[in-house]
Parts: sequence; C-alpha cells; structure tokens
Amino acid sequence: MVLQSSLKNCLQLCCILRSPKAGFRSTTSGSLIIQSISNDVYQNLAVEDWIHDHVNLENQQVLFLWRNSPAVVIGRHQNPWQECNLRLLRQKSIKLARRRSGGGTVYHDLGNINLTFFTTRKKYERMENLKLVVKALKALRPQLDVHVTDRYDILLNRQYKISGTAAKLGRTTAYHHCTLLCNADKFVLSSVLKSPYKGLKSNATPSVPASVKNLFEEDPSLTCEVLLDAIAEEYATQHHIDHHITLINPADETVLPGINNKTKELQTWEWVYGKTPKFSISTCFNMVYKDSVLDVKVDMDVKHGRIEVCNIDLPEQWLPPALCSELVKSLVGSKFCPNETTTLAATLLRVCPQDDELHNRWNLLCENMVMLM
Amino acid sequence: VCIHRVRSCSSIRFIKSKYVCVFDKSALKFSHQQRLFRTSAVSCGQIVQFKLSDIGEGITEVTVKEWYIKEGDSVSQFDSICEVQSDKASVTITSRYDGIIRKLHYNLDEIAYVGKPLVDIEIDASKGVAPEEDVVETPPMSHEEHTHQEIKGHKTLATPAVRRLAMENNIKLSEVVGTGKDNRILKEDILNYLAKQTGAILPPSPKAEIIPPLPKSETLPAAPKDKARKIPVPVSRPIVFSGKDKTEPVTGFQKAMVKTMSAALKIPHFGYCDEIDLTQLVQLREELKPLAQIRGVKLSFMPFFIKAASLGLLQYPILNASLDESCQNVTYKASHNIGVAMDTEQGLIVPNVKNVQVLSVFEIASELNRLQSLGSAGQLGTNDLTGGTFTLSNIGTIGGTYTKPVILPPEVAIGALGKIQVLPRFNGKGEVFKAQIMNVSWSADHRIIDGATMARFSNLWKSYLENPASMLLDLK
Repeated sequence: MVLQSSLKNCLQLCCILRSPKAGFRSTTSGSLIIQSISNDVYQNLAVEDWIHDHVNLENQQVLFLWRNSPAVVIGRHQNPWQECNLRLLRQKSIKLARRRSGGGTVYHDLGNINLTFFTTRKKYERMENLKLVVKALKALRPQLDVHVTDRYDILLNRQYKISGTAAKLGRTTAYHHCTLLCNADKFVLSSVLKSPYKGLKSNATPSVPASVKNLFEEDPSLTCEVLLDAIAEEYATQHHIDHHITLINPADETVLPGINNKTKELQTWEWVYGKTPKFSISTCFNMVYKDSVLDVKVDMDVKHGRIEVCNIDLPEQWLPPALCSELVKSLVGSKFCPNETTTLAATLLRVCPQDDELHNRWNLLCENMVMLM
Repeated sequence: VCIHRVRSCSSIRFIKSKYVCVFDKSALKFSHQQRLFRTSAVSCGQIVQFKLSDIGEGITEVTVKEWYIKEGDSVSQFDSICEVQSDKASVTITSRYDGIIRKLHYNLDEIAYVGKPLVDIEIDASKGVAPEEDVVETPPMSHEEHTHQEIKGHKTLATPAVRRLAMENNIKLSEVVGTGKDNRILKEDILNYLAKQTGAILPPSPKAEIIPPLPKSETLPAAPKDKARKIPVPVSRPIVFSGKDKTEPVTGFQKAMVKTMSAALKIPHFGYCDEIDLTQLVQLREELKPLAQIRGVKLSFMPFFIKAASLGLLQYPILNASLDESCQNVTYKASHNIGVAMDTEQGLIVPNVKNVQVLSVFEIASELNRLQSLGSAGQLGTNDLTGGTFTLSNIGTIGGTYTKPVILPPEVAIGALGKIQVLPRFNGKGEVFKAQIMNVSWSADHRIIDGATMARFSNLWKSYLENPASMLLDLK
C-alpha cells in the first residue's frame, strides 16, 4: 500500500504541546523550556523517558523543570537497601523511585528543584549545563560563592553540596539532570539517606555522602520560584529564545501518547527493586525471648530483588527444624520484601501444630527477619 | 570459501541456486529453494565485532552493569544490548546490526574500553551491513565513520517490513509513536499514523474487534468457527495473533495460597446459605456513621457482622475450634480472633481482629480501619496475620451473591458475604416492600460440625442483624 503523504508533521515538542510557539516550526534554534505541573516523581521521570524516546533534538534542545513531593530517587544501578532507610520511607509514606540515569541517591521534596537538559548525543555536555546554572545563580546574587567541581557537583562556599548530577545516554539522544537544593528538609534528608541494613555486600554503585546546605539558608530571598525563573532566563538567553516556560501535564495522553504506561512501569516492583544488582547479606541479630537471648545468623543471596539462597542459623530445637526448612524453602524465589515474607510466614503457621509457644517464637523470628528487608 | 559462494549467488537470481543445492550437502535436507539459500548463508554468516563507541566527554572506559542479551540470542538493529555506566552517566548501547550474538566480551561489573570489541554478532550475510536499512533521511554523513552508535536518525525500533512500509509512504519513523514492546513500531502504528494524516478509512485492525456475525443470506466457504467470519471489507487481511504463552515460577503470595489451599483440601467442606434482610441495619448504620466519624473512625457494615458472629460463637463454640492433625482432639479456642479477608494488590491476605468477644462495635471498627490502612500499604505484621480462629469474607464489595468459600486451616468455619441488593419482599401484612437483602454462604468442617449446628448459628447471626436491637440483650 503506497499512499502519498504530503503533510510532514515533525514530532517536535512545541507542536504537540500546542504552545503559542507551535504554529510555526522554527528553523533556528527552536529550543524549549518546559515545566511539569505535577509533583509526582514517577510521572516526572516518565516525562524524561518520553522526551528521550520521542523527541527530535536535532534542531532544538529542551530544558525540563520539575519538583517532587517527598521521594528518594536512586540511580539506575544502585541498591535501595544499601542507600536508604526503607523502613523509615514506608513509615513516612515517602516514595522510592529508581531513575534511568546513573549516579547516586538523592532526596527530593518541594524545596528541591530538578533540571533536565536534553540534547543529542553529540551535544551532550554536562559541564556547560552546570556552568549555565552557576551563571544564573551569580546573575541573581553576585556575591554567592558557588562553583562546579570536577565531579559535576555544585558547591556553596567551597564546602556544601547544593547540586548533584546524573546522566542518561541513548542511541541518539542524551539527557543530563541535576538537583538544586533550595529549601529542602535537611533533617528528613539525612535520616532517610542513612541505611540501617548491615552485612550487605554488593557491586551496586555506592553513593558518596556529602554535607549539604540549602540556598535559602544562605539567602532567604532565594525561593524555588526565584531560582527556576533565573535559570530559565539564562537558558533562554544562551539559546536565543524567548523566556517562555511551557507547562506540561504528565498525565495527558493526548500530548504525550504512551506516557501513562511509562509512569506505571516506573512504579512496578520489578523496576524499583527488581533491578537491584545481585547482592548478598550476611548478618546476625539477637532475639530476646522470655529470659534468654538468642543468636541468629542469616545469610542470603538476592538477585533481581528475589531471594536466591537463604540460610538461617538458629539455636538447635528452638523451633521445629522441619518448620524452619519449610520457611527457608518458601523464602527462596520470593521477593526480598517485608510484606511477602510476613504473608509466607503467617501461612506456614496455619499448617503446623497449634501451640501458643510455637506461635510466639515463630512470630518473633519472622519479625526479626522482616527487619532485614 | 562459503561466504564467497553466497555472494556470487546473491547477484544471480533463483535459477542458479540449484547449483548451491547440488554442492552443499547440508542443504539437501531442505526442499524449499529459498530456505536453502538462506540456511547456508546463516551457517557461514559473517562475524562482526561490535565495538564500544565513543561515549563523549573524553571517556575511555565504562563499567558493564547489565546485559540485556546473552550468547545465542538473536537481535535486531536498535535492540538494546547492554547498559554501561561511567561517572554518573548510564548509557544504553544498542545494536547496529540484525543477527545473532555469538560472544560477550565482558562480564558484569567489568571495565569495558571504548574502541574495543563489546560483543561479536553473526550477521545475516544476505542482508549485509547496508546503511540503506536506515529509513530515516540522514544528513550527509561520512561513510567512513561506521562507528556503531552514531547512526543518525532516531531511536526507533521496527522490523524491516515495517520500515519498508514507512519508507514507501514517506513516513519518518520518528514521527510515529510505537505501541509495541520497548516502544517498537508495529504495522498498526504506521497505518494509524497514515489514517490520521489522510483521513483514510482503514480496514479494522486484527486486535480485539467484536466481529458481528454474518447475515444468513451470505454464503461462505466452510470457515473455521468464530474468528474467521467477518463482514466483507474492501481490504481483507489474515488475522494474526502474535501472543505467546508465558511460564513463570510460583512464588511469594501465590506460593502462600498454594500451601493454604492444599491444606484446606483435606477438610471435608459442607455449605449452608441464607439471605439476610438488612433493612434495619442499613438504617442504624446511617445513624451511627456520623458519630463514628466524629471519633475519627470509618464505620462500615463489617463491624456489625463481626460482632454478631462473635455473639453467635458464644452459643456455638464448636465453630471457633480447631481439630488437630490426627483428628483426635478438638480445641475450643477462648478468643474470638475473627479474620477479615482483604484483597490487596499482591493478593489475598487475612488479618484478624483479636478478642472480638470483649470489643465493642466501635472498637472493632477502629481496629478494622487500622488493619485496612496497614494492609493497603503492605505493612501488616505477623501478629495481625496469625492467630485467627474464624473468618468472614466480604466478597460482596466486589460483587456476587452466593459463593462457596474455602476454610482456612486451622479454622473450621468461614462465611462469605455477598453484595447488598434492594429486592422486593413481603412483610408480615402481606405487603410488598423494598428490602435490603444480602446473601451469606457458610462453609464448615463436616468432621466436627454438623448441618444443624451451622444452621442454628446462622439463624442466630441472622436474627441479630435483622433486628439489631436484639444484640443489645446479649452484648457483654
């Protein structure tokens, strides 16, 4: 079937968004500044994916501005158990997301700004982007002591990290994104980014901890809005475009077809936890039961977020050995996840002798096992 | 030598392939000429070393973090091969060729070097490495620079057939949104794109259409029963179903279900069903809901059902018992730990409310709220999930009337509640009125519970709910 199609719609973002610029496709640098109206980390990460997959960046570049409600974002190849306090996250209902770019773990809340610079592979240049940010900050407050390190961090007063960087390169396009601490909750930040899990051995990318400070602390007039505006202004100047920010709704399928699938994928357990590189746990803990203290030793191998090998060393006969081996057998192949372990343990109890003593000991062991996850 | 023979054949048409047939012993097995030709090409395909190309920023080495393929897999051009990382940048390396992976040069977490081979791919010699495979218009590109990732154009995944279709219609693949796996562009996507451009009405796609039955006057050649019958359309295409079976191991929640249900199978179940008129209870709940709300608790019907069950169990304690493995002893449980089946994202869980016999309806409601929020957050503890003695399942929130619930060992009885429907019923005066009717289905362990006991318990439970004021008499 050969049909002549004379319409040449280019999948340029400005056209889809039907922004005031849309009508004409500019042949000069048609770069674009867009800002998300959503504070959902998964939706915003999905927008990055979408632009990376669908937008032609040959004749234009894109700057994407976004902020998230409280979330911990780990790098593509990181281990969430190693990087943050998952128990605390669950308690405080702080989301956990895995982004597609590399690098370390960061804490986002509405006091943190995220900037994503989209270019072609050829024009991928992180230093330039960060220098743009520093230029914007200095234009705003000339006395601000901010500079870019060779690790692509931005430091305030030569001491405090206010921005971290990560990047993703695909076949033809690339993006570089970075954070900027404006007025984030430092207390929550430091508590969630401290992992309580012991005995982990893994080749996952480790994060490099750093002392942080908010720009707000340096100068209270620096709000997120002020900073976003300044950066957009600098970008517009350097790319010879109008200082115009197009708002984008990450839930709108008509503007971003296929975006909801991307958002869903980022939320799946298989992506967030299942993509953790293989790791092992070798740890021991004490259980206090009635008048005695028991030593328990646990060894596990976890691959794709599931328990591959499991070994639990208990004092002899404290629990029926048959039951223990049933537990170990059930755990193998299950997700390394408190919910699943609890359910499995509760189920196993249904099919064994109904004895209060046994139940108490079993529950104690399982609670401690769950603490490892 | 093999390759040479293939090359010479490629320029000559099929006629000459007969000569290939004669000389190539392995080809004698196959009768189809064309297949022959390709088979011999594959067996002596060209192995190309796919080198890791420049990452940018002067980076010379990266760490291999994930392989998407393994040796022996076949890949298409643009398929993802692996993920490498360098200094906070994660890079997806995609294939330049269609072919079969023959060798991976690195293991996970090893350092890979730019300019050095990453994988060996055996390519189809018949297809060659022609740059014209790229459908997208390319700006003038120096052809000497065959570095493997610097393909101008866009990250578009599409089979050669789809690419040809796009090319024939002057469509840039970058303009089409792919709906297949990994945003792969399917034939349907091209057709949909075209339809949008030209307003053409295209024949219905083979995916999920309700195909109306043919009018009887049409005569059809004997066709297979359902799917092949369709209204004659200008362009007919064969329906292609490309789904594949998927086998996964049973793990996690499913494993738990398998264990529980296998144990339940050993229990001889009998069922008993009835209908309950909840008209008065509905009214009562309406009155009490705001009071509970003031105290910060959401009041559903379940707390009433649970409390009524507990009152019933006081009269018929055998339903709150447990039979040991050898069926020698029955243990009458003192606590009424009534389980409430909950449907979560991961599957069925049954947390229980402890000691209902000493709790008020409000306290039960409060406890249910707590269990429900923990359940939906996936944070229920072992204590909440163990120790149940009797279970109620409110399947009616999803739908259904009568069901046949399965007893959860070590319990001996379970009740499943259907949905509340508004139905006409006769009152004492013989008048028809609007009644709020709910069905209940009980299952019990016939080894220690007989039908009469179950019936009497159900009647008592029913009377408490049909006339809530009567609960006041027996509340402790």
